[in-house]
Amino acid sequence: MSADNQLTRRQRDDLRAIAAMIIPASDEYKVPGADDPAIQADMLATLGRDTKLVAAALDHLARLAGAPLAELDAARRDAVAQEFRKSGVAAATLVRVVLQCYYRDDRVLGSLGIEVRAPFPKGHVLADGDWSLLDPVKRRGGSLRRAP
Amino acid sequence: MKDPVDVLIIGAGASGAAVAWSLAETKMHILCLEQGGWMNPAEYPSTGRDWEAKFYGEWSSSPNVRGRPEDYPINDDNSPIKVVNYNAVGGSTVMYTAHWPRLHPSDFKVRTLDGVADDWPIDYDALTPFFEENDRMMGTSGLSGDPLSPLTHPPMPQQPMGLSGAIIGKAMNKLGWHWWPSDTTVATMDYEGRARCINLGHCTPACAQGAKSSTDITYWPHAIRAGVELRTHCRVREITTDENGMASGVVYYDKDGIEQFQRAHVVIIACNGVGTPRLLLNSASGRFPNGLANSSGLVGKNLMFHPYAQIYGYVKEPTDSNRAPPTCLWSKQWYDTDLSRGFVRGYGVQFVRGAGPVFEAVVSEQKGILPWGEDHHRVFRKLNGHRLGFSAICEDLPEEHNRVTLDPVLKDSHGIPAPKVDYTISENSRKMMEHALARGREFLETAGASDICVNSPIPWGGWHLLGTARMGTDPERSVVNEWGRSHDVKNLFIVDGSIFVTSGGVNPTSTIQALALYIADQMKQRLANLFD
Repeated sequence: MSADNQLTRRQRDDLRAIAAMIIPASDEYKVPGADDPAIQADMLATLGRDTKLVAAALDHLARLAGAPLAELDAARRDAVAQEFRKSGVAAATLVRVVLQCYYRDDRVLGSLGIEVRAPFPKGHVLADGDWSLLDPVKRRGGSLRRAP
Repeated sequence: MKDPVDVLIIGAGASGAAVAWSLAETKMHILCLEQGGWMNPAEYPSTGRDWEAKFYGEWSSSPNVRGRPEDYPINDDNSPIKVVNYNAVGGSTVMYTAHWPRLHPSDFKVRTLDGVADDWPIDYDALTPFFEENDRMMGTSGLSGDPLSPLTHPPMPQQPMGLSGAIIGKAMNKLGWHWWPSDTTVATMDYEGRARCINLGHCTPACAQGAKSSTDITYWPHAIRAGVELRTHCRVREITTDENGMASGVVYYDKDGIEQFQRAHVVIIACNGVGTPRLLLNSASGRFPNGLANSSGLVGKNLMFHPYAQIYGYVKEPTDSNRAPPTCLWSKQWYDTDLSRGFVRGYGVQFVRGAGPVFEAVVSEQKGILPWGEDHHRVFRKLNGHRLGFSAICEDLPEEHNRVTLDPVLKDSHGIPAPKVDYTISENSRKMMEHALARGREFLETAGASDICVNSPIPWGGWHLLGTARMGTDPERSVVNEWGRSHDVKNLFIVDGSIFVTSGGVNPTSTIQALALYIADQMKQRLANLFD
C-alpha cells in the first residue's frame, strides 16, 4: 500500500484543513501554511508508525465536525478545533506530525534563519565564552560535606 | 551445549563493558552476551534532515515507543516516571546526556549523617582510584576545582560556555548561587581515537561524530583486543544453577532465535536496575522459588529513579538551542541536607541550553503557550532559540514498595515475562521537587525569562534505574555483599546500578562504572578463593 493510500481522501482533506488551522500561511513572515502541498506530501509520505493514531484522530475529528472540516463556517470550525485539541493521545500525535513536518520544510527553516541541513557533519560553532564569570564562585569557595 | 567459559557477563552496556575490560587482563575465557547489536553511527539521527522526528519513533528513549527487536517491553503504567533505556552494545551510554558527576562522599553515609535509608558498605575513598581510571577510559572533559563537588581531574577542558552558559552564569552570580562547568564524557579535543565535539546539538540519542563517550567506542574495542568474546543479539532468559546452588550457566536465545545453553564458572549480571531483577526473578527454580539470589526478598525492591523537577522559560537573548550539547553546567547549591528546607537530602541541578525547532513547537503547543492560527508565527519566533532550562535531579530514597516485578501477562518477543514497575514519588521527594522549582523560578526570573513552564516530574525521565539488588553486609537486608557477590549464590555477581544502596542527587553512570571496576578489582584480588 502506498503512503498516500494509508489515509482516505476524506481523511487527507481534513488533515489539510486542520493543518491550515494550526499553522496558516503568513505573508508577514513569508512562509507557507502547514496545508502547503509539499508539506502535506511530506506528512503523508512519512506517517509510518503514526498512521494508526493519526487516522484515529482524523476519524474523531470527522465525528466532531459532522461534515468535511473545510466546508464548515469559521466559527463552527474553530469550535470543532477547540474540542478536538482536548481529545488525548491521538490528537496530540496528529498535531505533532503536522509540526514536525512543517518545521523541517526548507522555506520555513530559511525564514527562521536556520541552515537547511543535517547537523552532521558540519556541526555548529560555539563560543568558548568569558570564564571570568566563574570568579565569584571561586571566591566564595565552599567545602564538601564531610563523610565520617 | 557449548564449552564452559570462565566468566559470563550478561549485558554490554556501561557496567558490563567496564567489568569485561578490567577482567580481561586475567586471560580467563570471558564471554559477554548482549541482546542488542553493534551500532552504526552513519545511521544516527544527526546524519539526517529528519533528526528531530526520529526522537518520536525509532530513536525514542522509551523502549515501549521505540519497539526495536532488541528492546523488551516494560509495564510502567503504575508509575508517574516512565523507564527509558537503550539496548545495544554500549547500552544506555549510546543514549544519554553524557553528564558526568560522581556521587559525593556523603552519599555513602546517609544513615549516619541524616538518619535515613542505609549507609553503603563501602565508602567514596574505596572507589576513588576506579573513578579516576574510568574517567581516563571514558574520556572526560571538565574544569577541576569545583568547590562543591568531589575533586576530579578531567583529561580534557570543559565544554564551551556558549550563549546559554553566559546567561546562566550571570543569573546565578546575581543570586550568589553555586554553578560550575559540568564534567561530561563529551570529548572537547581529539582523544584516544575519538574526534572532538563539533556541536551536533543533541547528545542524548547517540553521537554521529563519536565525540560522546559510549562504551561501544571506549571500553569494548580494548576489551575485545584483549580477548573478550562479545556475542550480540543474544537474549538471556534465565540463569541456571547446579545441585550445589551455584550458577551453572545461562539459557539464552541466539540471533536466530534458537535456544542455547552456555555453561560458565562465574556469572556477572550487568543489565541495569530493571533488567537485572527481571532476570533474577525469571531465574526462579525449585531451589530458589522466589527468584535467584533473593533469600532477602529484596530483589526488585527499593527501585530509585531520581524524580526530575524541571522548569524552563524563554529569555530575550538568543540561546544555543540545538547548536550545542544540551547540558554544560551544573549546580550543587542544594545538594546537602538542610532541614530548614523541609526535607532531608538534596538535589543537583543540570542546566539546559535549549531545544531544536520541532521539539520546541511540539512541546510548546502541548503546554498551551504556542497558539494555533495567525499568531502562531510571531509566538514561535519568540520561543524558538530562546529557551533556558533548570533541571533538578532529586535524590530518591529507597522504599520497598517501589519495585520491579514480573508482569503476569506482558512478554518480550521471545516469550520471556516482561518487567512491571510500581513506583510512587515520596513525600520527601515532592517537597524537594517543590523547593527546586521555586529556586528554578527565581533563577529564570533573574535571567529575565518569561512563559515559564514546568515538568515535574519529567514523565519520560526514568533514566536512572537503581537500587533493586542492593549491596550490603547483611544477607537479610541486601542482595549482594560489599564487593558485588550474591549472598546466596557464590559465583554470581552484579555490577550495575541495581546494587546502589541510595541514589545521591546526580546522574549515576560514572559511579556505576567505578563500582563495576571496583568489583572487578576485588574479584581479581580473590581469584584463588573467589567462592569462599
